Amino acid sequence: MVNKLLTSAELNVQARQIRRLIIQMLLQAGSGHPGGSLSAADLMTALYFNVLRINPVDPQWPERDRFHMSKGHCCPLWYAVLAQRGYFAQEKLFTLRQLGSILQGHPDRKTPGVESASGSLGQGLSVALGMSLAAKMDKKDYRVYVLLGDGEIQEGNIWEAAMACAHFSCSNLCAILDFNGCQIDGRCEDIMGIEPLAAKWQAFGWHVIEINGHDMQQIMAAYDQARTIKDKPTIIIARTVKGKGVSFMEGVVGFHGRAPTAEEARKALEELA
Amino acid sequence: MVEQLYQRDVYGKTLVELGALDKNIVVLDADLSSSTRTNLFAKQFPDRFFNFGVAEQNMMAAAAGLASCGKTVFLSTFAAFAAGRAWDQVRVSISYNNFNVKIVATHAGITVGPDGASHQALEDIALMRVLANMNIIVPVDAPQTKDAIMAAAQQAGPFYIRLGRAQVPTVENKGEFKFGQAQLLVEGNDAAIIACGIMVDQAYAAVKNLAVRGVQARLINMHTIRPLDSAIILRAAQETGLLVVCEEHNVIGGLASSIDEVVAEHCPVKVIRVGVRNRFGQSGQPDELLKEYKLSSADIENSVLTNLPLKKK
Repeated sequence: MVNKLLTSAELNVQARQIRRLIIQMLLQAGSGHPGGSLSAADLMTALYFNVLRINPVDPQWPERDRFHMSKGHCCPLWYAVLAQRGYFAQEKLFTLRQLGSILQGHPDRKTPGVESASGSLGQGLSVALGMSLAAKMDKKDYRVYVLLGDGEIQEGNIWEAAMACAHFSCSNLCAILDFNGCQIDGRCEDIMGIEPLAAKWQAFGWHVIEINGHDMQQIMAAYDQARTIKDKPTIIIARTVKGKGVSFMEGVVGFHGRAPTAEEARKALEELA
Repeated sequence: MVEQLYQRDVYGKTLVELGALDKNIVVLDADLSSSTRTNLFAKQFPDRFFNFGVAEQNMMAAAAGLASCGKTVFLSTFAAFAAGRAWDQVRVSISYNNFNVKIVATHAGITVGPDGASHQALEDIALMRVLANMNIIVPVDAPQTKDAIMAAAQQAGPFYIRLGRAQVPTVENKGEFKFGQAQLLVEGNDAAIIACGIMVDQAYAAVKNLAVRGVQARLINMHTIRPLDSAIILRAAQETGLLVVCEEHNVIGGLASSIDEVVAEHCPVKVIRVGVRNRFGQSGQPDELLKEYKLSSADIENSVLTNLPLKKK
């Protein structure tokens, strides 16, 4: 299903709207993870509006590109993007984290567009690997995208998967690393250093693209480049700012997993107006 | 002479049969394909076989990704690693998603033998049994291994199938295999022995010796641990008043616990557990280990005899 591509300016407008929805959802839910949802908002907006071959009215369309959110706690972002793309009605967003909701606190297959559950970190690159192998086996041309968190790659499972994606030459797989530099207990570099990131992934046999994860032109160029790599998997290491778009959340570790108060939400929405 | 076969040989051959019937079947292994016998499938269908190396967590979660794309995934490694090493991947990526992933774990139990405690999974049934959606089969012998694999292939959802390392005797006259329905092997009303896996053969010998002593023990092969055949358990509890449960597993969390849960709720009777008690395994020959850990037919026989009078109070 070919979607009319948006310009960088249009993507930015859409991303701002998605950030607003994240704030509103979290306010309503009273809990959730704003920091990492806001940091990856530009990456996800570009992906869902300009890159993925999908059909929101038929989420199970067999030829669809696959997306999996490995850092599952940032699902408010995913849900907002899915609603904006028409997978379900926008009012559903305000049932986030409520009993019986299709929008669980961490991804669940109850949500149209969600392929697999996540929430326990470190498993999603492996899930994407399985999807990639299925495409190769079936000689299908769909591509597989997976969003990873930077704290998440401290999980050993990630490196098992990194090794295997290269071993199986999964060129149809593109990982996106939301490198916002923060995790629950502090800065990644203080808690458990993850650098040098590019060298690590290169050493594991990946094609590495480093970008500013808030620059739509760089984001689109990275997705375009990833599609041209034919012998190895690609990772886009996107430098981002945790809480991006809301001044008092930017780079603030405390907003990893805390919903805004009513006053904070009001201010945030003002900034995102 | 009773036929002695490797369950994993039958598993490997069955996979090849299934692979020819269904192009959707994919097989994974983690560097143990010659031991688990998935190498037979790998040879026939190299395009549908993936060796993940020594990386069980990756294998489990990748299986979920394959299943999300419509594949029926059979994967194997030793039971200690399948159930233990990658439990969280099984929980979140396979069981929670209710995906079509069939975990066929070999080398379960104490009869792994000389490799010793690290390789003798005595906790795997417990670990798998607590997961919602998970189906569990412990085939009694080699022919029933084929039945179990076929059942898992036909039935949607995740499975854990537990196989041993050693050759096992084929249990005669057990009738047709029905998933979720235990097999009544011997009638009797003095006591009921409920066993799974290799312990059924040990129990058979005990039942024969008990009969010589005038004790008519019922014998049930509880090949499916989940969903559990509660009806046959409650009938045995009501009609005999004494259950002796035998498993090549820790007495906590496995078959005995499953049965305790059923009778405690609906028909409290004495349940004697024949299994490994608060110990890890060790190196030795399978028959030596069965004796050392009090899992032999003599131990089962004694358990019945020492507890018989209780029910007549």
